[in-house]
Amino acid sequence: MLAKTLPEIGGMGHPIKRKEDLRFIQGKGNYIDDVQLPGMIYGHMVRSPYAHARITAIRTEEAKKLPGVLAVITGEDLAKANLAWMPTLFHDKQMVLATGKVLFQSQEVAFVVAEDRYTAADAADLVEIDYEELPVLIDPHKSQDSDAPILREDREEKSNLIFHWEVGDRAATDQAMKSAPVTAKVNAFFPRCHPAPLETCGCVIDFNSATGKLTAWITSQAPHAHRTVFALVAGLPEQNIRVISPDIGGGFGNKVPVYPGYVCAAVAALTVGRPVKWIETRSENLQSTGFARDYHMEAELAADKEGRLKALRVKTLADHGAFNAAAQPTKFPAGLFSICTGSYDFSSAFCEVDGVYTNKAPGGIAYRCSFRVTEAAYLIERAMDVLAQELKLDPVELRRKNFIPPEKFPYSSPLGWSYDSGNYQGALDLALERIGYNDLRKEQAEKRERGELMGIGISSFTEIVGAGPSHTFDILGLKMFDSAELRVHPTGKAIMRMGTKSQGQGHETTYAQIVAQELGIPAADVAIEEGDTDTAPYGLGTYASRSTPTSGAAAALAARKVREKARKIAAHLLEVSEEDLEWEPGKFSVKGAPGKSKTIQEIAFAAYTNFPQGMEPGLEAVHYYDPPNLTFPFGTYIAVVDIDKGTGEVKVRRFVAVDDCGNIINPMIVEGQVHGGLTEGLAIAFMQEISYDESGNIQGGTFMDYLVPTAVETPHWETGHTCTPSPHHPFGAKGVGESPNVGSPAAFVNAVVDALSHLGVKHIDMPLSPWKIWQILKDKGVTQ
Amino acid sequence: MIPKAFDYCRPKTLPEAISLLQQHGDAAKILSGGESLIPMMKMRLAQPEYLIDINQISGLEYIKEEDGYLKIGALTREADLEASDLIRSKYPLILDTAFSIADPQVRNLATVGGNLAHGDPANDHPATMLALNAEVVATGPNGERSIPIKEFFVSLFTTALQPNEILTEIRIPAPPAKSGGAYFKLERKVGDFATVGVAAQVAVDAKGVCQQAGIGLTNAGGTPIKAEKAEEFLRGKPLDDGNISQAASLAADDAHPSSDLRGPAEYKISMVRELTKRALTKAVNRASQER
Ligand SMILES: Cc1cc2nc3c(=O)[nH]c(=O)nc-3n(C[C@H](O)[C@H](O)[C@H](O)COP(=O)(O)OP(=O)(O)OC[C@H]3O[C@@H](n4cnc5c(N)ncnc54)[C@H](O)[C@@H]3O)c2cc1C
Repeated sequence: MLAKTLPEIGGMGHPIKRKEDLRFIQGKGNYIDDVQLPGMIYGHMVRSPYAHARITAIRTEEAKKLPGVLAVITGEDLAKANLAWMPTLFHDKQMVLATGKVLFQSQEVAFVVAEDRYTAADAADLVEIDYEELPVLIDPHKSQDSDAPILREDREEKSNLIFHWEVGDRAATDQAMKSAPVTAKVNAFFPRCHPAPLETCGCVIDFNSATGKLTAWITSQAPHAHRTVFALVAGLPEQNIRVISPDIGGGFGNKVPVYPGYVCAAVAALTVGRPVKWIETRSENLQSTGFARDYHMEAELAADKEGRLKALRVKTLADHGAFNAAAQPTKFPAGLFSICTGSYDFSSAFCEVDGVYTNKAPGGIAYRCSFRVTEAAYLIERAMDVLAQELKLDPVELRRKNFIPPEKFPYSSPLGWSYDSGNYQGALDLALERIGYNDLRKEQAEKRERGELMGIGISSFTEIVGAGPSHTFDILGLKMFDSAELRVHPTGKAIMRMGTKSQGQGHETTYAQIVAQELGIPAADVAIEEGDTDTAPYGLGTYASRSTPTSGAAAALAARKVREKARKIAAHLLEVSEEDLEWEPGKFSVKGAPGKSKTIQEIAFAAYTNFPQGMEPGLEAVHYYDPPNLTFPFGTYIAVVDIDKGTGEVKVRRFVAVDDCGNIINPMIVEGQVHGGLTEGLAIAFMQEISYDESGNIQGGTFMDYLVPTAVETPHWETGHTCTPSPHHPFGAKGVGESPNVGSPAAFVNAVVDALSHLGVKHIDMPLSPWKIWQILKDKGVTQ
Repeated sequence: MIPKAFDYCRPKTLPEAISLLQQHGDAAKILSGGESLIPMMKMRLAQPEYLIDINQISGLEYIKEEDGYLKIGALTREADLEASDLIRSKYPLILDTAFSIADPQVRNLATVGGNLAHGDPANDHPATMLALNAEVVATGPNGERSIPIKEFFVSLFTTALQPNEILTEIRIPAPPAKSGGAYFKLERKVGDFATVGVAAQVAVDAKGVCQQAGIGLTNAGGTPIKAEKAEEFLRGKPLDDGNISQAASLAADDAHPSSDLRGPAEYKISMVRELTKRALTKAVNRASQER
């Protein structure tokens, strides 16, 4: 446990209110659509109504004739500047504006620029495009069929297979599977879902022809990476590109990729010579930008008769849509999916993933998830319940028997990870106690007698976050370190700039608390800035629960560098040697003479007014943190559900979430993160899916059908914590933003399946819509 | 989400509004709460050239009992229904319905008139008004006419209103003693349109025998549906579980929903049966508690 600072200082562990909320709750945030520049004009995207079609003609004359229209840009226009295609963040390329053919419904085909938004929208209706429909490929299982249409004619390989990836020991796993007395198998589809941030994506791009500088305000979770991509794609010198990520209304991975709208707006700004704003509509956001999941997974578990696990074999088909627009580390085509051994000690495991193209929107991004960890956690936690059913064992017992025990950490997993620390049993026990597990099982037995349906679902997940160490992790070659630059002013106040970018996580508060902890400067006195590439140090941005593990670590280490310099100045001021000084948050005192001390504020003033001869003036430090390993947060979630037999509706009666994210910076922010993530998990489990009909028409492409839960649907979340610090992180933190989204879907599904398990139900795919449950009840003769 | 350009008129009186309708014909649309019309315009599914905003016309917002009717002015907001003592004490079916519509923000603006005039089988008031045997008052160049609710819903998004008519009032026959009603709506989340909904209104005599029964179905077909076979079946019968169950099956026979993301048709039909049971049971309970 870390020593706690005084509340006035507000270091780690203090539930101080979020500094940024003052402006947000007053409506004084500065979001992308708040950016107004003199002479600004507006872009509007023309999109494909077809999922797969050849473009035979595009006529823009009528649109151009409309008064107020300044330009209509097509793929052919972009091709002249070699900009019709751009790289994705995962070694594929993507059409900016379609040339030749379209590959998914809602694909970008032309970009209209006009004096105002309304004219731009009217003109978009006047762009005439002739299409010749082509056969569509929607079912990824058919992507390798001999009669499947080849979607990506631009690629050399005439195949819809993007990659085959495997990890683990196939032979040993197959052998273990064959010889095991008990096996269990589950085919689980994690549906395509969408982060649906409340603020859609957008940009304002301004090119100053006098200075040659391009300033791009973008809803970007990774502004520095975007600047580099812009430099590489557009060939502009990087010092002449400034990306500013203003306040962001939710990202969840959706704002990591570079979207065609940004490129088109930049081209329009350069050609028309005026600043261009482009803001997605809600449907555009849902239908064309980074979706998540869409993993068709199969897991097989091998165990002995007592339920001790032997092996795990996983085979997965990943649907990426028309382009592999995943944003994930280069070496990991399926992200960190190989964390699928979860919290359990396996002697062998093997995992293979095939990524394929279909006529759907491109992705998939990591929605509140450290690269496919959500899929992995869901799969293993679902499979554990299926095995428990097979063995007629309580799911709690099965988990207990197989947890990696605390003394085995650091633990090397058969799929190649080194888990930093864990106490899985501890989190499970606390959750069981909080929910009153034994009483619930009794109640369930009584209810079953009466024909009532009630279920209890457990998920003891392990995450892998904080990418990542430079020896293994990069995106487009950029190593996944992150940074902090701390400057202490003469009056003892400070500013710290970061390589990350908050989208609602509360960075302005938590990073300040890290400085408060390390230097004793009150958190209120530390300003945090992010998102402006001209001022902030280079970093890879915020996603994958990486801010605390990387930039948070950098903040602490930069503060420690400042403290070391402060010690020298204090020694000078107190006329003692450095070794004679003792540090407590906020001041250095002379050992044995506690009255003789200098506060950090006094020292800061001296750093500018009275520093020792020969010392560099000022008090600041920069740190680029290359993490030695990832961090492995974990927890146990338990859901209790009741099912209405008449309608198939599921009510989540209770939900206990015990998280272990190591040392906590701000418990209130952690609580908020957990609540938000659980609510998203609830939505994914019960109501959200973006599906496609046979012709490739998007279902669920508006908020009419893509359901975002409100407070009414959301149960009361009961939260708790255990604390197992990360041994390698400077202050023992692990990251928590994604745990609730990662861990909760399995708890919900396990609970519903548990309620129906006595009827022989082993698995139901999400979303667990009332009609699906009703169908099962009807098939089982439980309802009419 | 960017509507087409339109002209906006804000008449102060009903005759002025009607003459604007006469002038612009099909090119014009009445704007009440705008909670259905504006979203359709933003998606460019509706592209009226003229919007005639009737919100400045006074005397269209009221809830009162008069001449043996409950009279609701067309511009009465859902939120007004929820807050009305009269509705709260005597018209539980209307209260249930208002409460199940959308969310509080939408209910502050959405009007009862607009909810009916939109002609959307997914809206909740049509079923309720069918169960209550309401009449709709339309005002046009030749004055008022009253349309029985049964004849009001013609087809999807089409009502018996003429292009130059404005819906001005809804009249509901005052329920006899020992009446009760209830609305059950199955929805995927708050603010969602019904997967299906069922409105039931009954009046019983001292022995619990059904005197009147009204049943309306939401989102169970191309128009709002009056489950007349079920209504007829119940009249003169004791409202016990067996009869309620049979009536529920008859109501389900009248439903012809289509399959969509809310569920397959088969499910929706079954839900009409289930919700009819629940709505009737609650309506009967409420009726028998009434003196
Ligand atoms: C998010 C959301 C959720 C919703 N959920 C539900 C729900 O669950 N259940 C439900 O029933 N409704 C729902 N609605 C619809 C809403 O409740 C209103 O009932 C509906 O929008 C119509 O009322 P309005 O006053 O807004 O009509 P408007 O949108 O103003 O008009 C609707 C149509 O009726 C015509 N019209 C309006 N008033 C008159 C009149 N007096 N005379 C002639 N024609 C007229 C208009 O020209 C237009 O064509 C929802 C709306 C939203 C935005």
